[in-house]
Amino acid sequence: MDQSVYVAGVGVISAIGNNVAEHLASFERGEAGMAEITLFDTIHQHTRPVAEVKLTDDELIAQTGLSTHNGRTALLSLVAAREAMSNAAIPGLENLRVGFVSANTVGGMDRSEDFFVRFLADNSKGKLKNVFDHECGSMTEIVADQLGITDFMTTISTACSSSANAIFYGARLIRNDVVDVVVAGGADAITKFTLNGFNTLMILDDEFCKPFDEHREGLNLGEGAGYLVLVSDKVAKTLNKPLYCTLSGYNNSNDAYHQTASSPDGTGSYLAMQKALDKSGLKPSDISYINLHGTGTPNNDSAEGTAVKRLFDPAYPPMSSTKSFTGHTLGASGGIEAVFSALAIKHGIIYPNLRFETRMAEVPFEPETRFLKNQDIKHVMSNSFGFGGNCTSLIFSRV
Amino acid sequence: MKIYIRSSACISAQNTFDNDGFLNGIIEYNTTRLVAVEPDYKEFIDAKLIRRMSHVIKMGVAVAKRCLLNGNTEMPGAIITGTAFGCMEDTVTFLTRIIEQNEELLPPTAFIQSTHNTVAAQIALMLKCHAYNNTFVHKGISFESALFDAIMLLNEQEADNILVGGTEEMVDTSYTVLTRLGLYKRHPVSNLSLYDTGSKGTIGGEGATFFLLTDKPSPDNLAELTGLTTFYNPKDTEDIKNRITTFLEKHAVAFEDLDLVISGKNGDVRNDEIHEELNNSIFKNIAQANYKHLCGEYTVASSFALWLASNIIKKGIVPEVILETKLKVTAPKKVLIYNHYQNKYHSLMLVSAI
Repeated sequence: MDQSVYVAGVGVISAIGNNVAEHLASFERGEAGMAEITLFDTIHQHTRPVAEVKLTDDELIAQTGLSTHNGRTALLSLVAAREAMSNAAIPGLENLRVGFVSANTVGGMDRSEDFFVRFLADNSKGKLKNVFDHECGSMTEIVADQLGITDFMTTISTACSSSANAIFYGARLIRNDVVDVVVAGGADAITKFTLNGFNTLMILDDEFCKPFDEHREGLNLGEGAGYLVLVSDKVAKTLNKPLYCTLSGYNNSNDAYHQTASSPDGTGSYLAMQKALDKSGLKPSDISYINLHGTGTPNNDSAEGTAVKRLFDPAYPPMSSTKSFTGHTLGASGGIEAVFSALAIKHGIIYPNLRFETRMAEVPFEPETRFLKNQDIKHVMSNSFGFGGNCTSLIFSRV
Repeated sequence: MKIYIRSSACISAQNTFDNDGFLNGIIEYNTTRLVAVEPDYKEFIDAKLIRRMSHVIKMGVAVAKRCLLNGNTEMPGAIITGTAFGCMEDTVTFLTRIIEQNEELLPPTAFIQSTHNTVAAQIALMLKCHAYNNTFVHKGISFESALFDAIMLLNEQEADNILVGGTEEMVDTSYTVLTRLGLYKRHPVSNLSLYDTGSKGTIGGEGATFFLLTDKPSPDNLAELTGLTTFYNPKDTEDIKNRITTFLEKHAVAFEDLDLVISGKNGDVRNDEIHEELNNSIFKNIAQANYKHLCGEYTVASSFALWLASNIIKKGIVPEVILETKLKVTAPKKVLIYNHYQNKYHSLMLVSAI
């Protein structure tokens, strides 16, 4: 039950790259992925920048080889999950028990939106194939079928912490001896539904977001997918290449304060970070880098900052929000940032927090603004917090 | 480790919410869509909140609270829910407004409450419960996924008194779309003769069912949850039989040890073919029961079956309305629940007397 679970492969797609190598290059160049929206017609086109993956649906279909388009989320998911699988290159995979635990929040909503326009006018109209895969679980199923995974499959949806929960659920499947290998993470595409949803909450910045800055004004929506291939101790020994790291700690706690807002003292985020440390047997001072949730909304960054202060004061590790590059990819963010965490350990790098200028009044620390190489990164904490008070922290450690 | 069902609560198209009696006053419907029997929510939810809450949130929160009361537990050690479609009422409302109002002047409430984890989150909020909170959204095994997580948490000694449930609401839009997709029968039928229609399509349903799971033995526990497994896209019926046999062997149970099999027949000839084959082969000498004529077909309907099995075992009564076979069963000790959703997702739950 207490066996170690290792990260053997990673895969990622977001606004700053279609694979791992492109992401590393964008980070080093300090190039963010936000721009005007092109995916669909919306009245918010010129006022709400978003971080879109730089591939159209047709290009994604061509790249994935899928014959039908059942949701952009599934297309993004397949690209990243495939990269993770091929990156892990596990020998004798066909003789192992393999699972797929994927998270998302929108399912096939992009297609349902198309369906709904005609359906609303006349409920006998609207192409059924556009709504057939509306469910979040359909995205997972489509990708699992393509990957040939049948032993275990499930989907998690806990808003913006979804894929962080998927990752540690995957690790627990290995620890409970349910599977030997699990591809875990999540995906989400930008949809009109979520863009308008976040817009009604008045938490979208009309400029590029400024996480952890005193003058931050909100988040930019992003999209993408990120997956880890997690393996058991036994499988790890059979690999022909070095492991990225181990998942040493994790916790899911609930803020239980409000459906969408975080508590002022960051109760949920504090509990998640503290209990993840407990699980890993580490002290706050052992953490080499924190990949913050850092959405750029006044409320999140204040609550998260306060929780970081409560836990780490007075010695703060370097920290940054990579959402300043990728935007907030919602159900994909925990998976994408887990990939960044694993890469930080493997390459000894720390990512810059773009556009930071002024320290927040309530905390005595600032995020790292430079791309740092040759760092000694032993333990990385990755935070993912969501609506419904769902707070999850993961800790990755060098092997 | 043994895992026990400490308490349960259920809202369905039958009178399942009140604690007095067991499946009393069976309701006959002539329709293709069964609607949940609503309790008086004021007993469980603040009146101000009731007005804002969608149907599935009200059902979920009320059932969760009743389940905790039944289990004499104030604070669960974890909250886990399963739902395939999530909060459809709020999703449809928000989507409709985006289109009708051309993205302008949209109120945020429907969006806020549309996320799939809303029910689990609202339960945590009401209880001020900071513990583990998760939501599974995997089609026909959403509830089983939640249940599996609860079992792992108990095995890991991470939590006790785990509140786990399945929720699903049927709104007009989903009923219309699912009807067009061919899920439901073309003409109204009596739910009590659902299995005699010999036609394609089933009847839709909805509901919420919660359980409190613990690893602590107690004479008050309803039953033991001895085993759970799911499998995907079996090759053929032989493959299904093999998987059921393997599952029982893993738990050291022979077919003849089973007192009752509760199957997920739903009146759709395509769906029920598998059940018929199993009932005439590996389940041949075991008393057989069905439940979807009572609650309708929905993605987490198997949670209704688990509620049924736990209470059958605790009360030592098998209601006649569920029996398919003439075999009389008194005080069953071992009940197997076998469900499949569109022959893709299959699940097995084994429930035993404590």
